[in-house]
Amino acid sequence: MTDLFLLAVYIFLFPGFLFLLAAALFFQYLDRKIAARMQHRVGPPLLQPLADLIKVLGKEVITPDGVDISAFDFAPLLALASAMTAFLYIPVIGPSPLAFSGDLVLVLYLLVLPTLILFVMGWLSRNIFACMGGLRTVTQLFIYEVPFFLVMLSPAIMAGSWSVSAIVSWQQARPWLLVLQPIGFVIALIALQAKLERTPFDIPEAETEIVAGPWTEMTGHRLAIMELSFDVSLVTGSALIVALFMGGPDLPWIIPSPWLAGLAGFLVFFGKVLFILFILASIKVATGRIRLDQLNDYGWKYIAGAAILQVAIVLVMNASQVPP
Amino acid sequence: MAEVMIPIGPQHPALKEPVNFRVYADGERIVRLELDLSYNHRGIEKAAEQRNFIRVLPLLERVCGICSHAHATVFAKGIEEIMGLEIPRRAQYIRTIVAELERMHSHLLWLGVAAHEIGFNTLFMWTWRDREAVLDTLEEMTGNRVHYNMNEIGGTRLDLTPAQLEAAVKRLPALEDRIAQYVDMVSNQETMLLRFRGVGKMSREEALKYGVVGPTARASGIDYDVRRDDPYLVYDEIPWKVVTDSGGDVFGRTRVRIGELSQSLQMVRYCIENLPAGPVRADTPKAAPKGEVLSRYEAPRGELAHFIRTNGTDMVERVDIRTPTLANWTSVAMCLVNQNLADIPVIVAAIDPCLSCTSRITVVDTISGKEGSIPWGELGRRCRARHGGGPLS
Repeated sequence: MTDLFLLAVYIFLFPGFLFLLAAALFFQYLDRKIAARMQHRVGPPLLQPLADLIKVLGKEVITPDGVDISAFDFAPLLALASAMTAFLYIPVIGPSPLAFSGDLVLVLYLLVLPTLILFVMGWLSRNIFACMGGLRTVTQLFIYEVPFFLVMLSPAIMAGSWSVSAIVSWQQARPWLLVLQPIGFVIALIALQAKLERTPFDIPEAETEIVAGPWTEMTGHRLAIMELSFDVSLVTGSALIVALFMGGPDLPWIIPSPWLAGLAGFLVFFGKVLFILFILASIKVATGRIRLDQLNDYGWKYIAGAAILQVAIVLVMNASQVPP
Repeated sequence: MAEVMIPIGPQHPALKEPVNFRVYADGERIVRLELDLSYNHRGIEKAAEQRNFIRVLPLLERVCGICSHAHATVFAKGIEEIMGLEIPRRAQYIRTIVAELERMHSHLLWLGVAAHEIGFNTLFMWTWRDREAVLDTLEEMTGNRVHYNMNEIGGTRLDLTPAQLEAAVKRLPALEDRIAQYVDMVSNQETMLLRFRGVGKMSREEALKYGVVGPTARASGIDYDVRRDDPYLVYDEIPWKVVTDSGGDVFGRTRVRIGELSQSLQMVRYCIENLPAGPVRADTPKAAPKGEVLSRYEAPRGELAHFIRTNGTDMVERVDIRTPTLANWTSVAMCLVNQNLADIPVIVAAIDPCLSCTSRITVVDTISGKEGSIPWGELGRRCRARHGGGPLS
């Protein structure tokens, strides 16, 4: 009974649904604030993302002619659910209670869903800008997803486990995978930026070219939930990189009290995620948008090549039994 | 993917003013496009014929929000030429100072817009912040941020005080630093190089063929600047040089504008330091004698020409305005073919279009070849007939 109760708390309160919601809005705030300060602007107040969310939720919902309403309403919810579910498998205070061997693959799969749904939304919109945006989304997906998967799997190969929690505990006695696989870490950051469609990879929603891309016909609660699911994806994606490359919530020393240990672990984890967010926000500020054909060239030539190189290095290290 | 028609404008996030492109694209490549101009005809040329010279100057400033001083100066210059007036040297220097400050604020604005078109919002925010320093200077000197209303026939409306000049000079070093930083950014920032280099290429021959003007022409290697080739104000006595580039692409146009930024800054500094003493306005007759003049001026966007015909009264009989954007438009349509869909905003922005200045109406009967004007009611009737009474298809 207590087990079930604790599980429910884990899923719905902390670090699940409720906490994740707050974290997503807080990260959106931080992202906007950091970017604004770097651009010499004031930036939003703390509660602005929440206010935006509530406002957009209450806005009129406009459905374009000839759109399948139930699919159009349901797709954003699916995106939000998948991004939120993915977070449950990432160890935040200690190993996730839901962990099973192979949950890394599930997390990666769940993180692809919001992007795919964005494509479907664009395609369903029956609007030329949304349609072009949808096509760009899915073209971009093929470019960054391959290196993203490769560099996410190379920690698994090195740790000998396909479970995120197991990879975190593997790093406890060893240096972080960030040190062991620096190429993989950099590619993971670049690919995450592309996954979340942030500059320089905001090609699908390029405002000055195709209005808002797949987002063009989204209004009211559809827009609010879709945006929220991308905010959640930002938290989940950053947390995944922290878990795989930066040792997750682990501390170098042992704290006797389990509650204190949990709290300290959580704070360490949160700090690391903030660090990732800071890097992502800096990339956003420091670049302009590149073109799809340029991304195609760079993505396949350099990023995918480097990812394969990283996997090859890991395989050679494993085979020659270099002790990390 | 089959060929699709993508409507850009008249309402579109990349456009600040109304224009309509119907872009036919094959995937991401542009096959051809149709251009539809003139959404904002304001009847300024007609209105200018019904006001005396004093009231025409503020009206002509309203042709454009960015190059307002250009329109007023070129008109005043033309009328003074017809009247045979020699305006005081101090007034000429003041006109030059305002003109070059205006060029600086226009080019800084353009740099920000170009960066925004490629999604590089940081540069957009920075240049617009630095542009404030120029606008502050202009506001101190003239009382307004945009429509300075500094000109009168025969001189300037206001004199500059020592305090104003001192404040202006004080702002220049910081601006110079910032401009140096932008020069560095434009030639080293990776995403800008990716998006600007080789995009919207126009050779020297093509540029001559389409009759482009201003920074767009100079970026294609055409060494032409009205300030040097048909000097007015004090451009023949102050040190400066024409900036050209051989690239012919958006990158070249950016480099020309950034080069002009520092040239303008030097000119402003020189003019302030060497400002002659004396009156700022000559005694002017009210009416101008009968005459015709083509007055030319290098506006921030290129050569601006006013054709003025007077008839011996204090009103013009005809003023015809040829804005630089009108000269550059056809080259844009040419540049865009075979380019990437994603490059439309930046290629269009590269000529620094000022759309509402280009709206003209001439009614031509295609059968009889007769030209003429059209009454208001008839215009409305034809519009409704064309669009079938419903929204634009």
